Amino acid sequence: MTTAPRPRAATASVPAGVPTTLTQGSGTSGGIGESTLRPDGVLKVTGEFAYSSDMWHEDMLWGHTLRSTVAHAEIRSIDIGEALATPGVHAVLTYEDLPAATKNYGLEIQDTPALAHGKVRHHGEPVALVAADHPETARRAAAKIRIDYAELPLVTDEASATAPGAVLVHEGRTDHHIAHVPHPNIVHRQPVVRGDADAAARRADVVVTGDYVFGMQDQAFLGPESGLAVPSEDGGVELYVATQWLHSDLRQIAPVLGLPEDKVRMTLSGVGGAFGGREDLSMQIHACLLALRTGKPVKMVYNRFESFFGHVHRHPARLHYEHGATKDGKLTHMKCRIVLDGGAYASASPAVVGNAASLAVGPYAVDDVAIEAIALYSNNPPCGAMRGFGAVQACFAYEAQMDKLAAALDMHPVELRRLNAMEQGTLLPTGQRVDSPAPVAELLRRVKARPLPPERQWLSADAEGSSVDVRALPGGLSNTTHGEGVVRGVGYAVGLKNVGFSEGFDDYSTARVRMEVVGGEPVATVHTAMAEVGQGGVTVHAQIARTELGVSQVTIQPADTRVGSAGSTSASRQTYVTGGAVKHSCEAVRERVLEIGRRRFGTCHPAWATAELLLEGGKVVTDGGEVLASLAEVLQDEAVDIELEWRHRPTEPFDLRTGQGNGHVQYSFAAHRAVVEVDTELGLVKVVELACAQDVGKALNPLSVEGQIQGGTTQGLGIAVMEEIIVDPKTAKVRNPSFTDYLIPTILDTPAIPVDVLELADDHAPYGLRGIGEAPTLSSTPAVLAAIRNATGLELDRTPVRPEHITGA
Amino acid sequence: MRVNVTVNGREQQVDDVWEGESLLYVLRERMGLPGSKNACEQGECGSCTVRLDGVPVCSCLVAAGQAEGREVVTVEGLADYARHRESAHPGAGCATRSCAAGATAGAPGDGQSAEAGELSPVQQAFVDAGAVQCGFCTPGLLVAADELLESHPSPSDQDIREALSGNLCRCTGYEKILDAVRLAAARQEEAAR
Ligand code: FES
Ligand code: FES
Repeated sequence: MTTAPRPRAATASVPAGVPTTLTQGSGTSGGIGESTLRPDGVLKVTGEFAYSSDMWHEDMLWGHTLRSTVAHAEIRSIDIGEALATPGVHAVLTYEDLPAATKNYGLEIQDTPALAHGKVRHHGEPVALVAADHPETARRAAAKIRIDYAELPLVTDEASATAPGAVLVHEGRTDHHIAHVPHPNIVHRQPVVRGDADAAARRADVVVTGDYVFGMQDQAFLGPESGLAVPSEDGGVELYVATQWLHSDLRQIAPVLGLPEDKVRMTLSGVGGAFGGREDLSMQIHACLLALRTGKPVKMVYNRFESFFGHVHRHPARLHYEHGATKDGKLTHMKCRIVLDGGAYASASPAVVGNAASLAVGPYAVDDVAIEAIALYSNNPPCGAMRGFGAVQACFAYEAQMDKLAAALDMHPVELRRLNAMEQGTLLPTGQRVDSPAPVAELLRRVKARPLPPERQWLSADAEGSSVDVRALPGGLSNTTHGEGVVRGVGYAVGLKNVGFSEGFDDYSTARVRMEVVGGEPVATVHTAMAEVGQGGVTVHAQIARTELGVSQVTIQPADTRVGSAGSTSASRQTYVTGGAVKHSCEAVRERVLEIGRRRFGTCHPAWATAELLLEGGKVVTDGGEVLASLAEVLQDEAVDIELEWRHRPTEPFDLRTGQGNGHVQYSFAAHRAVVEVDTELGLVKVVELACAQDVGKALNPLSVEGQIQGGTTQGLGIAVMEEIIVDPKTAKVRNPSFTDYLIPTILDTPAIPVDVLELADDHAPYGLRGIGEAPTLSSTPAVLAAIRNATGLELDRTPVRPEHITGA
Repeated sequence: MRVNVTVNGREQQVDDVWEGESLLYVLRERMGLPGSKNACEQGECGSCTVRLDGVPVCSCLVAAGQAEGREVVTVEGLADYARHRESAHPGAGCATRSCAAGATAGAPGDGQSAEAGELSPVQQAFVDAGAVQCGFCTPGLLVAADELLESHPSPSDQDIREALSGNLCRCTGYEKILDAVRLAAARQEEAAR
């Protein structure tokens, strides 16, 4: 037995206080369209960038969460006595200690208890909290809390959810979906019906059906859930945390703490990736509760094991699809049913259902469709937002179907897709017209036209002939094959993703822009609450400000709740919406600057009144290029400071019976070609190349665009061949909550990802841009699957594909 | 217990360390060096990679006591380490100053030029190549890549992949990371000429 840990010893080299400014930075060059470098890049490569797990405060305590060891149970009793008596422990909290009448939170439906009360509904649900002077003390004390569980029957799939007499995951639901769902264990249901699919089916020469299974994927961001809550003198709390949407967190946190929103002040600390997994709360309320109770700063940092329980996952899905086509390859109809498992709490499930339903047909023109998507409540881990948001699961299935149909018609899979590709003007199954470029056929043409990587790249010529580099073979350094039994396959896929929040959501953002003269130079400062999660929004905001205001020096303020909401860093929306807000505010700043200029110098030159004026290179110039004044002369010691909201054009909810409605604001498209080599003896897959073509409308920062496309592509590759949270069907317990057992692609698993970027402007968007982050995650999975099918001749209707699916063992 | 360890060239004495604490914990929470990251604390992700007597290790798997009397280099000390390597073995590795100058000239944007001289070649290459997104994997990758380039000045792509296979990155898809290491190697060769 090792001795118990002691309190931290402050050493002289430890910096005092909370590092809050070490997350942004500023830069001096690069307008839109240039590959400007990240303003926070230097901080990140020197280790100075302050991530949420790096927060530190003198005298702080460490918080720890005790989580349920069972998936569904009544809590008979909780005994915290021994834990509380542990030396070094400052507080132990349970449901009883929640201070306000509001005890639940949730993104849309407030069904998630801040701490379990009466019941636990999934394995790993938070039950109690401990604050102690050392993280290990907190963990050990938590282990001494005794909980008496009486286990309840489990809901684990559609059959057990809707069976007669099934237990209800949430009794007495009062949310607004309950009136139209067929069963209380169904969170939301969205049909989309257009034309007459049954009648159209009679015109089909070929009909193919398929049943597909999509595994539960994890965001697996590297920066663990973490943050620091510091109690403030006015009885409120300051929270430094990694999140995707500060204001959404605030709206959910404050009522549970029993505090008005202005007493909960939130600052974004450095975010180590998000991918949807930080849309829901994790440790936010817990750290605040412990800080308020102990009167001391409390830091919480999940370890990887806990992180797998601390955030929602991608919905696993079962999908049934039917497609028909005439002999010449024209689609006649599509019918499908998509069952998403939402797990124990609603999270983003209703919106994921809307997306899956409205995008279920993919980027194809079909007049007659019958679609139904539902999300279940179950005792599995809660699922919510992850990159691709409902469109990913559908894309996996409809793309498998397109290949099946092509095979049945004896056509090239790209040719069949081209024949049915949607284009500008096509009606979606929701009745919405696609009113911007939709270059589906062109993207496919581009990936297909690219030369294939040479065969047998693992053979390299040397003096004596040729030698095998096992590192390039399936199995790699494990040296499992020297090429015998290795076959190659090529597969294609394309996908359709909406950008921004849909279904009538008021999807706005706020930006505050200030311009002043510092040391004789005009300087712009941009302040938004946008969560920079790694995507590069801060880079783009500085580029927009430089372009709009003609200054070179731009400072990006840390994101916090002292400025209006920026909405979520998700749905590929931030460059569009917060970028739009920055542009909008910059335009207002420009107008104000010109007014000041007219006031000061209007009488000196007639162009002040008559010409179109621009800000360029730190000067006011006419559209003819004549310089009227420098910004320094115009502003002198006046500062212009404007905060404005900006909205994209409105959307509307889908009709609950027919799914009709202009529900989405913008679409993005990506296509992939995958080349794989498969060791058919061992079932091992090596992806050799995963080429992508994507339309981005306008590449504001080409370097970041490529990085986003490659990152999204790799996450799609992960779900294709390795990533899956495995939930035991008998106990609903998670079997692999670690990076040892949940595999994400390493640099050895990831092939070359050449990227071909199209820029067809969307006239409705700022600069014509199109959200880009998610689309590449859609099509890379089905492309890899198609390539493995092409190599092996197997059906492979589930993802991820495991060796046993290939060898049949 | 007390642990004596040289970190980034400075002798440090840390008191009251509990036997169960990892080197990673001591660096981050006791020495105020949070640059090494805590993504799995299980030896699976490489985010916590530091050099222990020159050898890259996952500091989350090293008990603090095992570092007694040894030398640790973290991402915070990487630039300095590269400079010293150059003065100790001129000609081998990278002449930091000329690299940094080249880096500045070749940078697509000069937002970082003021600080360019303070970065090691591999740090500068990561910034320039767009190899940093969320950046959580970056410190560990930098330490691993720096060691690769020290022992293997012109690595093949397969060498780079092999050397970095213990470092997970969830954001970049690794393409830009490969670009960065190739860029650092090329600049290193250029400077050696
Ligand atoms: S934190 Fe050490 S290997 Fe992941
Ligand atoms: S940049 Fe985010 S994990 Fe690598």
